[in-house]
Amino acid sequence: MTNTINLREMQVNQTGTIRSVRATGELGRRIRDMGLVPNTEIRIVGRAPLKDPVALRLLDFTITLRNNEADFITVEPTGE
Amino acid sequence: MTATITAALAGNPNCGKTTLFNALTGARQHVGNYPGVTVERRSGNVKTDTASLNVVDLPGTYSLTAYSPEELVARDFIVDERPQVVINVLDATSLERNLYLTIQFMELGAPMVLALNMMDAVKKQGKTIDTDKLSTLLGFPVVETVARTGLGKNALVQHAVAFARQKEKSWQPLHISYGPVLDPILNEMEEMIRANGFLDQRFPSRWIALKYLEEDEQVLKLGGGSGSKTHQQLKIIADKAKEKCFTTLEVGPEAVIADFRYGHIASMMKQGVVKGDTTHQRRHLSDKIDRVVTDQFFGPIIMLATLYGIFYITFPIGEIPMGWVEAFFEWLTNAATAIIPESLLQSLVVDGIIGGVGGVMGFVPLIMVMFMAITILEDLGYMARMAYMMDRVLRMFGLHGASLMPFIISGGIPGGCAVPGVMAARTLRSPKEKLATILTAPFMNCGAKVPVFLLLSAAFFPDNAARVMFGITIISWVVALLVAKLLRTTVIKGESTPFVMELPPYRIPTMKGVLIHTWERAWQYMKKAGTVILGISILIWAAMTFPGLPDESAGTFQAQRTAAEATLAAATTDQQRSALEQELMGINNMEAQAALKYSVAGRVGSAFEPVSKLAGFDWRTNIALLGGFAAKEVIVSSLGTAYSMGDVDPEASEGLGARLANDPNWSRATAMSLMIFVLLYAPCFVTVAVIGREASWGWAGFSVVFNTGLAFTLSVIVYHIM
Repeated sequence: MTNTINLREMQVNQTGTIRSVRATGELGRRIRDMGLVPNTEIRIVGRAPLKDPVALRLLDFTITLRNNEADFITVEPTGE
Repeated sequence: MTATITAALAGNPNCGKTTLFNALTGARQHVGNYPGVTVERRSGNVKTDTASLNVVDLPGTYSLTAYSPEELVARDFIVDERPQVVINVLDATSLERNLYLTIQFMELGAPMVLALNMMDAVKKQGKTIDTDKLSTLLGFPVVETVARTGLGKNALVQHAVAFARQKEKSWQPLHISYGPVLDPILNEMEEMIRANGFLDQRFPSRWIALKYLEEDEQVLKLGGGSGSKTHQQLKIIADKAKEKCFTTLEVGPEAVIADFRYGHIASMMKQGVVKGDTTHQRRHLSDKIDRVVTDQFFGPIIMLATLYGIFYITFPIGEIPMGWVEAFFEWLTNAATAIIPESLLQSLVVDGIIGGVGGVMGFVPLIMVMFMAITILEDLGYMARMAYMMDRVLRMFGLHGASLMPFIISGGIPGGCAVPGVMAARTLRSPKEKLATILTAPFMNCGAKVPVFLLLSAAFFPDNAARVMFGITIISWVVALLVAKLLRTTVIKGESTPFVMELPPYRIPTMKGVLIHTWERAWQYMKKAGTVILGISILIWAAMTFPGLPDESAGTFQAQRTAAEATLAAATTDQQRSALEQELMGINNMEAQAALKYSVAGRVGSAFEPVSKLAGFDWRTNIALLGGFAAKEVIVSSLGTAYSMGDVDPEASEGLGARLANDPNWSRATAMSLMIFVLLYAPCFVTVAVIGREASWGWAGFSVVFNTGLAFTLSVIVYHIM
């Protein structure tokens, strides 16, 4: 994993593959329940008008996360 | 006819589970609460030729952890009530994630039938799902459904009945591999659990082991409470496992477990369950809509327009049935007046019961229209977008994006009602933010407070009435947000709950669903009006009627009246006659005022006067405010009685306004102070009752005391600085 960045730093429309999810406890559980686990492909679909939360697309659905929750997720960018 | 089969309907939020439930059971549903929590429990019956099913709609969840009441309820239901079959509804367009919950049900060993819902959307995406293969892989019947049209529902019921009969009493928990690190540990724990018979009356043994590794609060508590040695031993193993996971895999056991569950699903999928194109047309459409609807610039504008639109629509549409309801109560009043001879009983029935309940029932049509609009927004998927856009702002005050809707409904745009507002806070999945929302939503400018502001601003600020009204609305928002912040940093302190939320694709709501949900919410409100409001109305009527004037003063008024009547009879010109009629009415009003002052309400009002004077309120205002605790609608009419204006129509209160404006005891400061007090003081009784049910009676009491204290403090300050 040479080139991973924090999910918070991703731009709208950028795609990537999740490499690690370091959240624990309830947040960790909720993130994983939604299918955000390592090796999942994601694409940033947008940010709320005040830049937070962020909306991301997984294979078949869209979820939203606050920036401080996105901090626990590292991504290897794959495009754009 | 055999015994009734209990079937639990389970699935993720937004998977179409409720729509399927409505399609299966129709409108014959029972709605209640699960014991001890405010999670709705819905059930309904389905009859076939050979069987009768009792279908229980479990709350929508993504998982079966112990973090939210919804998840606990779903889990406890499966474990404790052992339904003969679990109908697991899946959104077939996102099969993998939906199967995550399925796997967890399988680990509990529940017999299941899968409903692959939204198959129409799957076909539109150009995909096919090999249901036979999926059925073989999972070992359960799999049925394709389209809940919106009811397609597949009969096959689903047949499969459920057949499977329930075949599988009766044999629960087979699924064992999946959790990899080289955890598997040996799980085996060791499982053996220990089985050897000691630890909690295994209730749960499968491997499941208990998993929950110890996941540090599941409920299971740990049960284990600790059992007093068994096994609990400590399991905890030691679990702690070691945690260390091992962190050193070898750099994440905790719960993350490892989740990864392997998804891995298990992925390996099934790889065997060719889903075929075809994986471009997603429906999502493309939703994405396109979202690009505009949640845009930085257009998003907020569209949101404001939508909210404004709801109120703009609600009133004109609601007014029509509201007219019918009012006409009905007017007819009832006339009928009661005609049937019952003039007496205390007549006064009780007409003024107390019909007047009180009728006043509240008049709001039902408005509330129904507003609920319908809100249900449509919810089913459409727009509500989630609003929460997404507003979250950043509301979070600064310790609230959640989803707090917006309860505020709006409660009167964030003037004219709402806190009763449905507080109930709408149910959609909040985070307990602390939900409580803060419930406690602050009643500060909003609800429809019952509006007449008071209209009266006072027109009378005391005739040139700036509109600006005053706008200012009041701003004040309500500022106070609600600041109090929320205060509560969240003191009594409801704590980390905010994760926001992680799904933005479901936009869907056109079904007529049936909208009607069922609207009716249910309105019915809850009407039941309250029939019970609580009825009691309170009688109480207030009694307080304002008893004790009656002592004979001598009643005699004085009677004498005056007889004299006036005699002169009236002798009057010759129309002019004289109308002057005398005026005088006669004046005498009646004077008597009403004297009687009111003499009554319990009047005495209580007078007793509070020394304190309320600090904010500029005299005994008459106090009576109105006490009445307003029952329902804010009462304030203007009580002021009318207390100021001898006879019956005052809240919609046309110019006479009362002029009277107050000319009263030497009233000034702009009094008016301003009263407006602040009415805006912020104790929620009306129905709202308090709803808070009691949605939160707790302790918090309901808190809101009465705290809000009144806050309102009084601010009123005194306003009264003195103006």
